[in-house]
Amino acid sequence: MAKATFEVPELSQYLDVPPVTPQTMAHSKPFVAKPEFQAPLGFPGELMDDWQEKALDKMGELLGRYRSLRVYLDSCVKCGSCTDKCHYYLGTKDPKNMPVGRQDLMRKVYRRYFTLAGKLFPKLVGAEDFTKEVLDDWYSYYHQCSQCRRCSVFCPYGIDTAEISMAAREIMDSIGVGQKYCNEIISKVYTIGNNLGLPGPALRDTLEGLEEDVLDDTGVAVRYPIDEVGAEILLVTPSADFFAEPHVDGLIGYGKVFHEAGVSWTLSSHASEAANFGMFIGSYENMRRVAQRIREAAIQLKVKRIVFGECGHAWRVAYSFLNTLAGPWDFLDPRYPVPQHICEFTYDLIQEGKLTFDKGENDDKVLTYHDSCNVARASRMGNTPGGQFEIPRAIIRATCNHFYDMDEDTIRDRTFCCGGGGGLLTDDLMELRVKGAKPRVEALNNVMLEKGVTHMAAICAICKSQFTKVLPYYGMEMDQIVSLHQLVSNAIVLTPTLDDEDDEEEAEEAA
Amino acid sequence: MSFLTVVYAYLYYFAALVLLAGLTFKVVQYARTPAPLKIPTTPAPTTRSGVVFRMTREVVLFESLFRGNKWTWIFGWIFHFGLFLVTLRHLRYFMEPVWLPIELVQPFGIYGGMAMVVGLAGLWARRFFVDRVRYISSPSDHLILALLIAIGSTGLLMKFVFHTDVVAVKSFFIGLYSFDPQPLPGDPLLLLHLFLVAALMIIFPYSKLLHAPGLFFSPSRNQVDNPRERRHIAPWAKRLEQE
Repeated sequence: MAKATFEVPELSQYLDVPPVTPQTMAHSKPFVAKPEFQAPLGFPGELMDDWQEKALDKMGELLGRYRSLRVYLDSCVKCGSCTDKCHYYLGTKDPKNMPVGRQDLMRKVYRRYFTLAGKLFPKLVGAEDFTKEVLDDWYSYYHQCSQCRRCSVFCPYGIDTAEISMAAREIMDSIGVGQKYCNEIISKVYTIGNNLGLPGPALRDTLEGLEEDVLDDTGVAVRYPIDEVGAEILLVTPSADFFAEPHVDGLIGYGKVFHEAGVSWTLSSHASEAANFGMFIGSYENMRRVAQRIREAAIQLKVKRIVFGECGHAWRVAYSFLNTLAGPWDFLDPRYPVPQHICEFTYDLIQEGKLTFDKGENDDKVLTYHDSCNVARASRMGNTPGGQFEIPRAIIRATCNHFYDMDEDTIRDRTFCCGGGGGLLTDDLMELRVKGAKPRVEALNNVMLEKGVTHMAAICAICKSQFTKVLPYYGMEMDQIVSLHQLVSNAIVLTPTLDDEDDEEEAEEAA
Repeated sequence: MSFLTVVYAYLYYFAALVLLAGLTFKVVQYARTPAPLKIPTTPAPTTRSGVVFRMTREVVLFESLFRGNKWTWIFGWIFHFGLFLVTLRHLRYFMEPVWLPIELVQPFGIYGGMAMVVGLAGLWARRFFVDRVRYISSPSDHLILALLIAIGSTGLLMKFVFHTDVVAVKSFFIGLYSFDPQPLPGDPLLLLHLFLVAALMIIFPYSKLLHAPGLFFSPSRNQVDNPRERRHIAPWAKRLEQE
C-alpha cells in the first residue's frame, strides 16, 4: 500500500453521505505558476496590486461573454440536490466541496458587486466583499473541482459548476494567480507541441520501438507512422499514450485496428497532443490556440479524416468544441464526422465484420468499465444520444468474455470522476486526488467482491494515470486499470502483410 | 376614495412595473449574452424538438431534481403545482367575464393552496434538519419561504375563517386597468395578503426567483447536441478569427 501523510478514507459497501465538516480541505492548494509560465499564455506574472478591481472587471467581462455564467449565478435556489453529488465532498466532507458551496464562493462576490440585493443588503443574501481571504478560498477550492459535471446532471436548472470554476480560474489567471500544473503544460504545448514536452525525434524513436515490439510479439509488421503527408487519417492522441502504462498499450491497439482496416494513418509531431488544458483554465483564447494546431497539422499533412485517441477532456474539446474553435472542416472527407473517436472507428469496423477477435486472450481478466466524465456528460459517440456509453461497452463485449458493470448509480451519466480530472492531476494535490477517488474506488471494490472483477477499462489518459497512482492507496494494484484498446490489442487477430510473409519465407529458407 | 385604497393602488402599479420591467431586463440580458460553446449535459437531444421535450420534462416534472433528491422533488413539486393551481384560481379577480377553464379550475385552486403550504413547509424543514442544506441556506432563503408560506396561509385563512368581500377586491383590481381604483375592503388579513404578494412581485427580478426564466436559458439544458454537424460560434469568438 502506498504511503500517505493523510488519512485514506475507508471504503464501505454503500455510498454514505458524510456529515458537513467545514474546512477539512482549506489547506489544499496547488503550486502557483511562476511568471515565466504565465507570460506565454498572455497572463500577468504575479498578483497585481489593484487585483480586486481587475478581477471584478474581468468578472463583468465574462458575465457578458458567457450566458452560462450569468444564468447559473442568478438561478440557484439552494435546493440542495447537488450537495451529495460531488466526489470531492463525499471524499473530504468539506462543505465548500459541495457543488453549491463551491459556486457560492463566486456567487457571493457576484451578488455583492453585480446585483441590487447584494449591494443593498449583503448580509441578507449572503453577499461578501472580494477580500484576499475570499481570493485564497477561490484558489483553494476552484482547484478542488475536476469539472466533471456530475452536479449539472442533478440540478433542476442544469447549473454546471465546471463553468463557474473555469470562469474563476480565468479571473485568477487574469490577475496573475495561475496554477503551475496547467499553465506550465500549456506553455510546453506552445513551445514543444505536447503536454509532456516530448520533441519530434523522441516521438519517432518511441514509435519505431513500438513497431519492433509488435513485430516481435505478433510476427506482423504493424506501422506507427508520424508526419506522413498524404495519409488518410490524422490520429490525435494524448501524449501519455506514447510511453505511459497502460496508455501505450492503447496506442498499440489503435495501430492494430488501423492495420486491419487497411487505411493509411499518421500521427503529427506538430499536433502530438490531444489534450487541451485551455479548457481547464477556462480560457477560450488559449483553448482556441491549442486547438488550431490540429487544423494546421491536418492541412499540412493533407489528411482526409481526423480520429482522436482515448482521452476524456480532449474528446469533449474535440467533439463539442473543435468545430467552433478550429472549424470549418470543409476540406476533409464529408462522409465522416469530424472528428471521430477511435472507439467509433473500431466499433464501425466490428459492425462491418472487418475485425476478428480471439476473446480468450483476455480470459485472464474480469472487466468492468469506467465512464470518463467528459465523455459521459459532455460529448457523444455514434449517432444516438448515449452512444458514448454503449459503444465502449460493445467493444469490451466483443473482445472479452467476462464483463460486469459497476452499480448503476455510479456509471453512465451518473459516473463518478476518477478524482484527477480538470487540471488536478498533479502530485501537489495528492491528498485531494486520493480522497476524491473514493466513490469510484468504492464502486470498483464492490464489483471486485461481488463479481470477481479484476480490471477496470477506461478511455481517458487522465483517468488511467490517476488510477495507476491512486489505487495503491486503497490496497489495490496499479495495473488493475487498463486501456480499452489494450483489450482490443490483446484479442485482435492480425492479418499478415505481404512483407511479413516474405519475412517468414526468408526465415524458413534460412532455417 | 380612502387613503388605504390609494396606497394599495400605487403599491400595485409599482409592483407590476418592477416585476415586468425587471423580468424583461433580465430576459433580454440572458437572451443577448452569447453562449459561445456547446455545453449541453449529455446524453442530450440531437434535434430542436427533442430539446423542447427535454425542457418540458424539466419544467413540468422537474426531471433532474427527481433524479437528484426525492424529498426535495416531492415537496418542491407539490409547492409549485399548488402555486400554479392557486394562480389559475386567482385569475378570476383579473378578468371579466371569467373564462370557462378558470371557472372550472376554481375548486382545485383551493386544494392547490393547501398543497402549496404543505410543500413549502417540507422545503423549509429541510433547511433546518438536513445539515448540508442548512449550511447553504442564507437568511434570504428562509425569508422567501416565510413570505410564501405567509401568502398561502393568509389566503387560506380568508377562504375558510375570516372572509373578505371578494367582489370588492375584484372591482379594485379591474379598476386598476383603467386607472380608476374602486374601494378596497379594509380587512387586515386581506391587506396583509396583498402587501406580501406585492413584496413578492417586487423581489422577483432581484432574487433567486430568477430561476424561473433562468431555466429556459440554461445552456446545459436548452442546447441541441449537434456540434459536429453544425458550426456554433459566438459573435465575439468570430472576431478572434478575423484578427
